[in-house]
Amino acid sequence: MSDKTSSAFIQVNNVWQQYGDQVVLERLNLSIAEGEFCTLVGASGCGKSTFLRLLLGQERASRGKILLAGEPLAAEPDSSRGVVFQRYSVFPHLSVLDNVAIGLELPRSPLLGRLFGRAKREARDQAAQMLSKVGLGHALDKYPAQLSGGMQQRLAIAQALIMQPRVLLLDEPFGALDPGIRKDMHALLLDLWRETRLTVFMVTHDLSEGFSLGTRLLVFDKVRVDPHAPNAFGARITYDIPLNSDRRASRAAVEALPPHITGNLQPAV
Amino acid sequence: MRLINRHPDRPNRLFLVLLPFALLLFAYFMGSAQRLADNPNDKLLPSATQMVAAVDRLAFSEDKRSGKYLFWQDTSASLKRLGMGLGIAAVVGLCLGIAAGSLPLFGAPLSPLLTVLSMVPPLAILPILFISFGLGELSKVMLIVIGITPVLARDLEQRAREIPPELLIKAQTLGASTWTLILRVVLPHIMPRLLIALRLVLGSAWLFLIAAEAIASTDGLGYRIFLVRRYMAMDVILPYVAWITLLAWLMDLSLRQLARLCFPWYEGAKA
Repeated sequence: MSDKTSSAFIQVNNVWQQYGDQVVLERLNLSIAEGEFCTLVGASGCGKSTFLRLLLGQERASRGKILLAGEPLAAEPDSSRGVVFQRYSVFPHLSVLDNVAIGLELPRSPLLGRLFGRAKREARDQAAQMLSKVGLGHALDKYPAQLSGGMQQRLAIAQALIMQPRVLLLDEPFGALDPGIRKDMHALLLDLWRETRLTVFMVTHDLSEGFSLGTRLLVFDKVRVDPHAPNAFGARITYDIPLNSDRRASRAAVEALPPHITGNLQPAV
Repeated sequence: MRLINRHPDRPNRLFLVLLPFALLLFAYFMGSAQRLADNPNDKLLPSATQMVAAVDRLAFSEDKRSGKYLFWQDTSASLKRLGMGLGIAAVVGLCLGIAAGSLPLFGAPLSPLLTVLSMVPPLAILPILFISFGLGELSKVMLIVIGITPVLARDLEQRAREIPPELLIKAQTLGASTWTLILRVVLPHIMPRLLIALRLVLGSAWLFLIAAEAIASTDGLGYRIFLVRRYMAMDVILPYVAWITLLAWLMDLSLRQLARLCFPWYEGAKA
């Protein structure tokens, strides 16, 4: 066991999260390998999103530790972890192209946060490539408000992936989309996941989505309930189910193939 | 059909827009004609010809004493003060609002301070301004700045707080520092709101300007109105008031157009 924990990409050690008297999460222990696609399901208010916020660094755990590649997780959001929220994921004041290019501009220009001249053109070219990959090549000059919900989420995914994060966190990303669009988005997400070595955490309310997408399904639930003090106990991970082992295996196989065969399956950017 | 469901069509709308203005003018000139018929020397409600003559005297002929066109001199002096006041207030209000609204460590001391400061009636401290800044331009500009900056800052602070936290987190995952986050996310979100806030405080800014000019000045639209009040020169006062109203309306209009031109995403994002 100890051997396995040291090699895990993400290690969650006895994590608790509580706000005042209210315990949300208790005694979480997990080890996640790199490249895993974890889907997080559970009833509303059982701490799935809280767990995601902990992974993102938006909140700090009250107790316990989360290690990313052996190092304690940075206590604030940074470019190692990409995120897509259900809403407000993209910048309304930037065009589709600039929404993605900003991720290339911000780290390279600490003073003004924007690039000029050739550097800017290169950033925009790179962003345009990423956008055509998610199927937004035709909408580069539009503002997000002019896009449909599904296209906005495609944009948010492209925006997150341009940073080449090691972890992608998705908080009910397709919760507000129509079933048909949702299916397209599943296909897109799986394609992108196959191409990159991304570790994905995805919170969802849709159990079938959780089963069909993930290589690992984590169910959050309260084990102990005190009717007189409903907040006294938090949720734990009650089921941890490995899924879609074929996909996990095929992904490993694709990685083993020589690059001229995989062709367009190269990691993003 | 219920009243609530009835909408004016295009020509009707234009008619309805112009109607109250026409009624007001009609009522005025009826009253004016009535009074002048009773007493040709009546000063209270001057006729159109009297007002045109007054405007011609002030705007299109040289003043005998100074050799200047008083109307335009007044206008440029007032607009200069107003422009400086609004400009300084906008910059200071923007900085304070962003600092208080997006940086919790700055918001903790700034926010209550701004709330208290915005309760100080600016006209009550006008004497303090005259004492400390003298009777020159500075005290008039300062009155405008002090009068509207807290309002602007509080409004912008509120808008900065309303930026969805998701966007701020997203920017951090895209590699933004505090500074670049403010520059590329908070500032563009606040700018259209600043223009709207400026439109809303335009009325107060004119109020403070005219109050300051009325008390200590040698030119300016407010100065002129209060000067000719001694002679009950309504034929000057009324055109001046109309002119001020027109100027304020034009400023409002141009701020609105500017917002639409520079921030085309803003209206769409609200939907």
